[in-house]
Amino acid sequence: MKNIDLFEEISSALLANKARSGLTILGIVIGIASVIAMIAIGEGSKSNIESSIQSLGSNLIMVSPGKQRGMGVQVSQGRGSAQTLTKDDAEAIGSEVSNVKDVAPEVSSRYQVIAKGNNTNTSIIGTTASYAGIKNVEIASGYFFTEQQSSGMARVAVIGPTVRDDLFGEDVDPIGQKIKINKIEFQVIGLTVEKGGTGFNNADNAIYIPLAVAQQYFTGGEYVTTINVQAVDQDSMTAVQEEVTALLLKRHNITDSASADFSIMNQADIVQTASSVTSTFTMLLGAVASISLVVGGIGIMNMMLTTVTERTKEIGLRKAIGAKRKDINNQFLGEAIMLTFIGGIVGVSLGWGIAVIAHQFGGIATKVSTESIVLAFGVSGAIGIIFGYYPASRASKLNPIECLRYE
Amino acid sequence: MIECKNITKEYNNALGSIPILKGLTFKIEDGEFVAIIGPSGSGKSTLMNILGALDTPSSGEYLLDAKNISDFSDDDLAVIRNKKIGFVFQSFNLLARSTVMRNVTLPLIYGEYSKEERERIARKSLADAGLDEKYYYNLSNQLSGGQMQRVAIARALVNNPSLILADEPTGNLDTKTGEIVLSTFGALNREQHHTIILITHEKEVAEHADRIISIRDGNIIDDYKVRG
Repeated sequence: MKNIDLFEEISSALLANKARSGLTILGIVIGIASVIAMIAIGEGSKSNIESSIQSLGSNLIMVSPGKQRGMGVQVSQGRGSAQTLTKDDAEAIGSEVSNVKDVAPEVSSRYQVIAKGNNTNTSIIGTTASYAGIKNVEIASGYFFTEQQSSGMARVAVIGPTVRDDLFGEDVDPIGQKIKINKIEFQVIGLTVEKGGTGFNNADNAIYIPLAVAQQYFTGGEYVTTINVQAVDQDSMTAVQEEVTALLLKRHNITDSASADFSIMNQADIVQTASSVTSTFTMLLGAVASISLVVGGIGIMNMMLTTVTERTKEIGLRKAIGAKRKDINNQFLGEAIMLTFIGGIVGVSLGWGIAVIAHQFGGIATKVSTESIVLAFGVSGAIGIIFGYYPASRASKLNPIECLRYE
Repeated sequence: MIECKNITKEYNNALGSIPILKGLTFKIEDGEFVAIIGPSGSGKSTLMNILGALDTPSSGEYLLDAKNISDFSDDDLAVIRNKKIGFVFQSFNLLARSTVMRNVTLPLIYGEYSKEERERIARKSLADAGLDEKYYYNLSNQLSGGQMQRVAIARALVNNPSLILADEPTGNLDTKTGEIVLSTFGALNREQHHTIILITHEKEVAEHADRIISIRDGNIIDDYKVRG
């Protein structure tokens, strides 16, 4: 039998029973669509998290006070934590460790901020001028404070867009305005560009002030809550991390690295941890969705078995007029594959549609990857072959004499 | 030409083997119109299955066009059926939701003919079987019984077979339509020299043939010429 004729036979057989074919396809459509949509949502949130971490600076190593902790734990620390890192540590890293592009120590804490009768509670980050470069803080208007202002104890502040909205209202130029942080007056000199982050580390909801000012008025003492170190490139990250560790151990007179009074995390670790969480999440969603795909496959098998029984007499006739085993097998296998193939196409489109709608109207980040489409097609094809194989081979082995006698 | 040499067939069941055909030997020349007659249980259906290459004998030789096909595999038998044998069944066995044209061309699809060729051959066969041209693209289940059997005859003719096997072709038809179908077989035999074997249990039907082979309990009890 020629392939074109086989295709015609398959199409006419499926069209002969539209309702049944349609319902069987629907089973596959639902399976494929849910796999595509679920993976899209998972992948979307993964890339969302990754890019928001990346937007906080590149080739970044963060040194925090306190004992080594597991990866992926909260990065910023409040005032209650150990006070073991100082500004001098930061300066030592900058001058003694090779391949370091820049260092920015910071103290951060939350305070009540008042301006023109409006008030908000936001995180106040005391840092140096190099912070803007390291952490990718871009300025929308005004400027980030300079080294001179930083060391000259100038009471200037750079505010994030969320803070601006809360204190002055949207689209208001805050430059030159006065704000009071914990009753101490600052002049706003810059407004940062919106990054769109969320959660505790929202860079949009922060006020940046010079480190020395923050230490004098708010935290007191020399200690810092984080030292941000930027390596010159990706390759030198490991070396820099090791050198920083060695230097700080030496400076703090600690011989055993296990009892270090600081912890170091690099950005790659954070991204990796976050992605591994979201990957698990994606896999879980995909696994749940693929159950419906298997159910759809069983639906195909069920339909094919019914069809074979129903068309026993036809099989007998086809064999009597010269159909070989292969012809019968190909026809029924072809019907199963055609069903899953159509189901695959409709399912991918539907899944894609759901992902787009979820993004447009639900505000959920989605990302339909080529891999998931290829995977879905592969799986649907495999389902067609696996679940179609048994009924088809059963049909091909039927005895023509018994088939012709079948009522 | 068909030659059967001492053909036997037995079936095995729980009680042991049951002989159905007990050593049949006969010859049918090209262009003959033969009826095989016998009551139910005589073994005529089993014989038809063997003659139609649907089954193989337990022992003995079956020569179709001088080729012994007694020990062919399933797929080889399928090729023989496709090239050399045309079946006409009691219950027509047409694909109900397909057109007349599709039904008739079906053996040619398995023979891998091109679409144009299939249609050309099918038109000739349908004309030979005596079906009016206006029905060629009707669905086969919209036809009357007599018309359906003509479609089935046309389907048996398309591969220009060495042998046309008709198994109780009038069994589902009224007497008048049955007569017309039987005279169609007669015409195909006389005018186009097709070899036709008619299997029936009715003597009146068998008498349309030129020669009658009578079977009972797995043996040939009579073999005589009616005419010619």
